[in-house]
Amino acid sequence: MQGMTIIVKTISSWVKVLIVLFGIYIILFGHLTPGGGFAGGVILASSYVLLMLAFGGEFVKKDLPLSLVSKLDCLGAFMFIMIAILGLVFGGTFFFNFLVEKYGQPLHLLSAGTIPFSNIAIGLKVGASLFLVIYSLSICCKAEELDSH
Amino acid sequence: MLYALCFLLFMIGLYCAVVKKNMVKIVVGILIMEYAVNLFLIMLGYRHSGVAPIIDKSYLESQAALNNFVSSSVDPLPQALVLTAIVISLGSLALMISICIRTYEKYGTFDITEIRRLRG
Amino acid sequence: MSISLPAFVAIPLATAFLLPMFGKRGKDAATVVANIATIILLVLAISCIGESGVYEIGKWPIPLGINLVLDGLSSLLLLAIGVVSAAVMLFSAGYMEQYTAKPKYLSLFLLMVAGMNGVVLSGDIFNLFVFLEIASIASYALVGFGCGHEEFEAAFKYMVLGSIASIFVLFGIGLVYGNTGTLNMAYISKAIQSSGMNAGLGFALALFIVGFSLKAALVPFHAWLPDAHPSAPAPISAMLSGVLIKTLGVYALARVVFNIFGVSVPVGWLLIVLGILSMVIGVFLAVGQWDLKRLLAYHSISQMGYVVLGLGIGALILARGGELKWAALAILGGLFHMVNHAVFKSLLFLTSGSIEMATGTRQLKQLGGLAERMPFTRATCTLASAAISGVPPFNGFWSKLILVMATVQAGFYGLGAVTVLVSLITLISFLKVQRYVFLGELPENLRQVKENGGSMLIGMVFLACLCVLMGLLVLVPGLRDSILEPAVRVLMDGHKYSDIVAGM
Repeated sequence: MQGMTIIVKTISSWVKVLIVLFGIYIILFGHLTPGGGFAGGVILASSYVLLMLAFGGEFVKKDLPLSLVSKLDCLGAFMFIMIAILGLVFGGTFFFNFLVEKYGQPLHLLSAGTIPFSNIAIGLKVGASLFLVIYSLSICCKAEELDSH
Repeated sequence: MLYALCFLLFMIGLYCAVVKKNMVKIVVGILIMEYAVNLFLIMLGYRHSGVAPIIDKSYLESQAALNNFVSSSVDPLPQALVLTAIVISLGSLALMISICIRTYEKYGTFDITEIRRLRG
Repeated sequence: MSISLPAFVAIPLATAFLLPMFGKRGKDAATVVANIATIILLVLAISCIGESGVYEIGKWPIPLGINLVLDGLSSLLLLAIGVVSAAVMLFSAGYMEQYTAKPKYLSLFLLMVAGMNGVVLSGDIFNLFVFLEIASIASYALVGFGCGHEEFEAAFKYMVLGSIASIFVLFGIGLVYGNTGTLNMAYISKAIQSSGMNAGLGFALALFIVGFSLKAALVPFHAWLPDAHPSAPAPISAMLSGVLIKTLGVYALARVVFNIFGVSVPVGWLLIVLGILSMVIGVFLAVGQWDLKRLLAYHSISQMGYVVLGLGIGALILARGGELKWAALAILGGLFHMVNHAVFKSLLFLTSGSIEMATGTRQLKQLGGLAERMPFTRATCTLASAAISGVPPFNGFWSKLILVMATVQAGFYGLGAVTVLVSLITLISFLKVQRYVFLGELPENLRQVKENGGSMLIGMVFLACLCVLMGLLVLVPGLRDSILEPAVRVLMDGHKYSDIVAGM
């Protein structure tokens, strides 16, 4: 797929940074405000989708190699299950929140124990997965089939 | 009354998934059904003149304020159920659309009455 | 509890997330890791026979948090899942060499096993739905794994019907939450006991029965099965037909009907009607098939009818307040047939995969005379065919005998006659398979085939030995009391499930 005009390309490369920052804010504050891992991950994926729409699919493939995204995906999921198993090791029960008594008070950023780490792992996994799904859907349709509809 | 409208939306989605011949329309029918069920789940938690179930500093000051908050806030459990259901339907939808596209590449048509190699 | 229950879900999940990092060059290392994971699961399942317990996740007390419950029915199904998945994983180490993306296949397979273990162990009805979806989505992707024409068509049909079933189940869960205010299965059972059924709960029960029957492929909801099972790769057909339709369909149906809602006369008759329809229609459609795997798929529908018939007769006798020992006999027959079918049907699909890998075709008219070229495959296939037809002394004979005895003692003489007739027609169709595949003339293009060896053989022989030995599960009183008796007791006690879970 081809890219768009030069105005769109310039603006979208500036806006992409803001979108990534917003996504990271939603993930990190997930235990205090609405949002959390999944919504933040979707926003992170949409920053790269914006790049793909503005510049074209081949540019994004050179910029972010697909094998790296695939490994980030597995890493995110593996981190999540490791947090659950660490709850078993330190606290005695699966998924136990083993940091919540020691650090932080309620309504501050450091409260709620292992929940922010779970949010980060999920945000990474969802962002990588959604980007891969949308990229692989975009390379499937060939141009002549689009024209015949 | 609102529950009846929600059920009507569910029936529209079911009709669309059963009767239509285009593969993408069948997928949209399933999507409408999922939206109807999510809407039904959220409507279960509603309380009259309720507040959002997010704790603020002002609610933690006294026990009476906390009790007032608990009795007047909207039920948060269906909201957690709906979040999970939305994530599951996203994964399922992504798989369905990619199967649709790959089937189109092989058979050349979206019409399910022509995709009938397996029969008997 | 000597072992922790989350290991059944955590071990396959962690391995499934680790495997895609191996990539193409680490294919053999990935296969070894996956096999070790399934064998560990089998050992854990054997070690928790006869135990029971409740495990609270995250140390949240029971009505606030999710709990995992292990009782007799769960341990029986965990054992079945462990045995079949270990054997199929050994088989697929050799069979999947002909596909290119092997680490992804192994990862999806382990996700499906994690989902099924979660369904069986869950004590909370929404958690059951989440694990049901995990297992279903993994199986939709696995059915279309070899990306050819028929695989995509079959995967699309399976996916549409499976998604509609899951949405019905979610709607039912919403209705139950609206009427009782809790999601824990024990607390729902207590609330229904005290307040009785109203229109909303009745509609929820109907939605649950339709949704889980779609997953279990009972007639009239069977339309996806004859297309999905043949198109999938052979180990996946074995897993789908062997354990997936049982845990997602029959186990969930039994748990909801017996333990949560309680049995009643209309529900008992409904289960009997579904069972009879599936048995008869499945076997009549199976006899005329010329594609080997499609024939085996139709037989799956018919044998699921046997299981649901046993459960239905037990439910009807319990609801009418009749003799308890005949209800227990019927439920024992149904559950034992479920476990037997897992073993011999997966063995049949594995042998059909071995035949397809050696000869390249599945059509009965193009095969013939393979008896002297592939001796091990011939031996195991004949053994499994004898087991499914009910020939003594294999395991199929004992479970069918118990079912026929239970129907006759309960007074349904017509149903007993229909059961024996269906068993006879099953024998006819498997004699047809034996004659066309193994006896007769060897065609010209098949003179060069040779036996598949290595890990594929180990998996098939393991299941074949189990076919021979499983008759002892019912005859030896010690084994019967520790493995089958607790499962029957759980379903017979019905509402006492809530006392056991909430009391701990």
